[in-house]
Amino acid sequence: MTAAPHDPAGELFELANRGRSRSRRRRDGGEAIIKVVLAGCAAFSVLITALIIAILAYEAARFFMDVSVVEFLTGTEWSPLLGEEKRFGVWPLVAGTLLVTLVAAIFALPTGLVTAVFLSEYAPAWLRAILKPVLEVLAGIPTVVYGFFALLVINPSLQWVAKVFTGEELFGSYSAGAAGIAVGIMILPIVTSLSEDALRSVPRGLRDGAYALGSTRFDTSVRVVIPGALGGIMASYLLAITRAIGETMIVALAAGGLAQLTVLPWRQVQTMTAYMVQIFLGDAPATGVEFKSSFAVAALLFLMTLLLTLAGYRILARFREEYE
Amino acid sequence: MPLRLRTNRPLLAGLLILLPAAAGLADPASGQDLRRLRGKIAIDGSSTVYPITEAVAEAFKDAAPNVNITVGVSGTGGGFKRFAANETDISDASRPIKADESEMCDESGVGFLEIPVAYDGLTIVVSHSNDWVENLTVDELKRIFLTDDPATTWQDVRSTWPATPLKIYSPGTDSGTFDYFKEVVAGKTGTIRSDMSVSEDDNVLVRGVAGDAGAIGFFGVAYYLANQDNVRAVPIVNKDGKAVSPTPETIENGTYNPFSRPLFIYVKTKSSRKPHVRAFVNFYLDRAPKAAAEVGYVGLPADLYDRARATVKDRREGSRYVDESGHAKHGSLREIYR
Amino acid sequence: MSDERTPNLPELVERGEPRSQSRRRAFDRGFLITCLAITAIAVLALGVLLGSILIEGLPGLRWSFFTEYASRDPAKAGIRAPLWGSIWVASICAIVALPIGIATAVWLEEFAPKNRITGFIRLNISNLAGVPSIVYGILGLTLFVRMFGLFGPIQAPELEIGGRLYAIYYDTMQEPIRVPAAERGVAPELKTGDIGYVQEIEETPDGDLIFTDRWTPVTLTIVPEDADAPEGYGIIEAWQAEEPADFEIERPWYYVQFPFGQSVLAGGLTLMLVVLPIVIISSQEALRAVPGSLRTGSLAMGATKWQTTRKVTLPASIPMIMTGSILAMSRAIGEAAPILVLGVALFITDTPSSLMDSFTVLPMQIYNWTSRWQEDFRALAATGIIVLLMVLLAFNAIAVLIRQKLQRPLS
Repeated sequence: MTAAPHDPAGELFELANRGRSRSRRRRDGGEAIIKVVLAGCAAFSVLITALIIAILAYEAARFFMDVSVVEFLTGTEWSPLLGEEKRFGVWPLVAGTLLVTLVAAIFALPTGLVTAVFLSEYAPAWLRAILKPVLEVLAGIPTVVYGFFALLVINPSLQWVAKVFTGEELFGSYSAGAAGIAVGIMILPIVTSLSEDALRSVPRGLRDGAYALGSTRFDTSVRVVIPGALGGIMASYLLAITRAIGETMIVALAAGGLAQLTVLPWRQVQTMTAYMVQIFLGDAPATGVEFKSSFAVAALLFLMTLLLTLAGYRILARFREEYE
Repeated sequence: MPLRLRTNRPLLAGLLILLPAAAGLADPASGQDLRRLRGKIAIDGSSTVYPITEAVAEAFKDAAPNVNITVGVSGTGGGFKRFAANETDISDASRPIKADESEMCDESGVGFLEIPVAYDGLTIVVSHSNDWVENLTVDELKRIFLTDDPATTWQDVRSTWPATPLKIYSPGTDSGTFDYFKEVVAGKTGTIRSDMSVSEDDNVLVRGVAGDAGAIGFFGVAYYLANQDNVRAVPIVNKDGKAVSPTPETIENGTYNPFSRPLFIYVKTKSSRKPHVRAFVNFYLDRAPKAAAEVGYVGLPADLYDRARATVKDRREGSRYVDESGHAKHGSLREIYR
Repeated sequence: MSDERTPNLPELVERGEPRSQSRRRAFDRGFLITCLAITAIAVLALGVLLGSILIEGLPGLRWSFFTEYASRDPAKAGIRAPLWGSIWVASICAIVALPIGIATAVWLEEFAPKNRITGFIRLNISNLAGVPSIVYGILGLTLFVRMFGLFGPIQAPELEIGGRLYAIYYDTMQEPIRVPAAERGVAPELKTGDIGYVQEIEETPDGDLIFTDRWTPVTLTIVPEDADAPEGYGIIEAWQAEEPADFEIERPWYYVQFPFGQSVLAGGLTLMLVVLPIVIISSQEALRAVPGSLRTGSLAMGATKWQTTRKVTLPASIPMIMTGSILAMSRAIGEAAPILVLGVALFITDTPSSLMDSFTVLPMQIYNWTSRWQEDFRALAATGIIVLLMVLLAFNAIAVLIRQKLQRPLS
C-alpha cells in the first residue's frame, strides 16, 4: 500500500474502495444521477437570468422599432400617454429614481455606518441584544408598510415642518422627499448589518495594536477599523443602493405621478418602477407603444442594478484578497 | 336531514321546485329563486362607474350568495380592451363605446348590449386652500388644459387671480372621464397638455388636489361628494351664462353643462344567456337609482330604464352611438337611446 | 471579562495621558453621544412607525375582519380573501423554491468544481438577489401567466389537463345543463332526445342550498322561444340551444390549464423567482458553517460524497437552512410588486380552492386600502398591516424556536 501523505481522507476512501462490492457500484451509479440533478438545479438559476435578459431585450427591441434609442437615452421629456406627440426621453424617470435614492442614501448611509460602528466597537452586550433584534424587525417589514408610513405620516410631517420653517406650502401631497426618507429607513438595516459584519471581521490584532499605542475608541474606529473594513462597507452601500433603486411600492404610493426632471425633494417625481406600476395597473394590451415602453424602462433598470451588483462583487472580491 | 330533491323525474321535480321559489327571494323578471343562481360574473372598466357597480354587486350577493362577482378598475378604455378580448362579461363605461372599440368587438365576435345606468356630472375641483376661484368658464378651462398657450399660473387664466403656480391632476388616458373631458374641452382641434400629474386612481387625484392650493383636477361627482371635506367643486359657467355647481338636481335637469354625461354598462350578449348574468343586469336596473344616489350620481328617468330593460329582453345588440357607417353619433341620452 | 474586544486598554492608557489626549478623548465621547442619539432616533423611528399603525389599526381588529370579504363599507370589510390567497401563494412558493434552492446550494458547496463556470454561476446568483422584484413580476407575467402566448390566450387555454369538458345550456328552469363537448368553442349539435346533466341541489333545514357534485342525466327537449314555454328540466328554448352559454371544465383540485393565467399557481411560481436567490445564499451559508471535520470523518468511513451530504452535512445544517427558508418565505408574503404586475382584480369575493383560481394577497389589499383617501380605509389598511405583521412575527418566532431547539454543538 503506497502512501499519499497529503490526502488522508482520500487515501482512506481509496483503501475502502479496494474491496468494493457490487452494491457499492450500484450506489455510485446513483450518485452520478444525483450530481446531475443537483447541477441541473444550479443551472436553473442561470436559466432565470437568461430568460429575464431575453424577454427584456426582445420587448425593448420591439419598443425601439417605434422610438429611437437616441431619443430614449437623451431626451428630457417623458409623456408617453398625453400630449401632441408622445415623448419618450427617459431622463425624468431616471432622475426621479436617482433623487429618491439620493435622499435615501443621505439618510441611511451615514446613519447605518455610525450605527454599525457603535454596535461593533462601543456597545455593551446588553445593548447589542436589544438593538440587533430591532434591526432585524426593521429589515423584515414589507415595503407596503413603509409606503403607508411615507404617505400618511412622513409626508404630512414634512408639510408641517416646511410650513413652520418657511411659511410656504412647499410639500404637496406627494413628494420625492417623503418617499426617499421611507426608502432610507428601509435600507438602513442592510447597511448596518453588512457594515457591522465587515467591521467585526477586521482582525482583533489591528485594534489591540491601536489601543496599545494610546488611541481612543473613536481614533481606532476611524483610522484603523473602518479603513480595514472599507471593502465590505462599500459593498453594503452598493447593495443598499441597489435595493433603493429597485424599490417599487413606497414610491408608487408616496412619490407622485408626474415625471419631471428635478432635484428638489419637495416636488413630486415618478420613478422608473412607479411608471411600470402605472402601466401594469392600467391594463395590458400587448401592442401599444406605451406598454412596450415599460419594458424598455425595465431593461434599463435591470442594467443599472446589474452594474451595481457587479461593482459590489468586484469590491468584495478584492477585499477578500487583501486579507488572505 | 337535508331534503333531497330528486331530479330524474323532470316534471314532478319541476313542480316541487316552484314551491320554495315562491317562499324565497324571487327575481321579478322570472319569478325564480335568486338563491339558486350560481356562476361567475367578471366586470371591469371605468373607475367612475365602479362605485355603483360595487354597490349593486354587494346587494346582489346578499340576494344571490352563490354568484361570484369580481369587479376591476382598468379604466373605460382598458375595460373595453378586455371586453373585446372576451375576458369580461360586463364592461363599466363612463362614456359610450367608440366606433373603433365597437369594431374590435365585431372582429372578435363579441356581441354586446348597451345599457345606460345613471347620470354623472364631471366635477372640476380645487383645494379648500384655493380661495380665489369662484367659477370657471369653458374657455378658461381651455387655457388651463390645452397645449394652445397653456397657463402656468392662475393669473394667466384670469388676471385678477394670484400668480400661484398651476398644478394639474388628471385621470389617465384609459379613463372614460378623461375621454369625455377631452371631447368637451379639446373638441376636434385641441390637444390636452402633457405636463399633468396623471393617475388612474381617483384617490390619488383627490389627495393631490387636496394638499395643494394651486392644484386643479377633475373626476366624477361621486368622488367629489365622498371627499367634500378635502376638495371643493368649482361652478362652471354653462351655455346660458350661469355659473352652476354639480348637484343631483342640476345634473338631472341639465343645467350643469357641458359636463353632465350618462354612465353605461356594456353586457356581452353571450353572457346574457346565463340566468345569473341576466338577473344581475335586471337587478342593476332596478337598483341603479338608489345605488347611484347613494354614491352621488343621479338616476335616469324611469322611461329610460324601461328602454334599457327592453334592450336586455329583446337582446338588442350594438351601440346606438355608432351608426351603420361606423361614425359616432352625438346628442343627449334621451335622443340617441331609443 | 465583560467586553471581549477592548480589555481595559483604553482605561489603562487614560490613567497616564498628557493634555493633547484630552481633545481626542472629547471626540471619542462626542462620537459616543452622537451614536447613542442616532441609535435612539432609529429606535424612535421604529416606535413611531409601529405606534401609528397600532393606533390606527387595533380598533378594527375583530374576529369578523378575518371572516369577511372586502367591501366598500369599511365597517364590513374583511381580509379573508387576501389572507387565504397569501397562504396558498406562499405554500406553492415554498414547495417549489425550497427544494431547488437547497439543491443548488448543496451543489455549489459540496459538489461543484472550482472553475470559471461555477464562479459565473455564483456571480449570477448574487446578481439575481439584487434584481428589483418588479422585474420578476414581468418575468412571471410572460413565463407563467401568458406562457409566451404558446398556448393561446388566457381565457381560451389550449391545453387543459385533468378536467372534463362540457358545454353549458340553460333550460327554462334557469338551470345549467351540461352536455359533453369535444372541444372548446365547438358547439355540440343539440337536438331533442339528447342526454344532458342537471346538478342535484340539496336544501338544509336552515334554508341554505347545497350544490352537490352529482349530476343526473335528463332528456333534452328543444322548444321555440315563447313567453309561455313550459318550465321543466331539460326543456331548452331554441335561442338558447343554438349556442352554448359557456364551456365548463369539471375541475378537480389537480386541474391544470396552459397557459396558467392569473392563477395562484402563476403567483406562487413568480414569488418563487423572487425568493430563490435568498434561499440559495442562506443555505450556502448554512452549509459553510458545518465544520469540515464532520465531512472528512464521514468520507473516511467509506461514505460517498452524496451519502456524506445526505446523512451528515445536511442534517447538521438543517436548523440554519430552516431559519433562512422561513425568513425567505416571510419576504415572499410581504411582496406586492410582482403580484401587481401579474394583474389581480380588486374586488375578489372568494378564496382559492384549486391551483387555477384567481386570488389576491395581503400586501395588495393593503396597498389598495392605503391609496383610498377616506379615513376609514386608512384605519382598515392599518388593521391589515397588523395582520400582516402578526403573520411575519409568527414566522420569525418559528425560525428563532427552530434555531434554539435544534442547535446542537457541531464540533
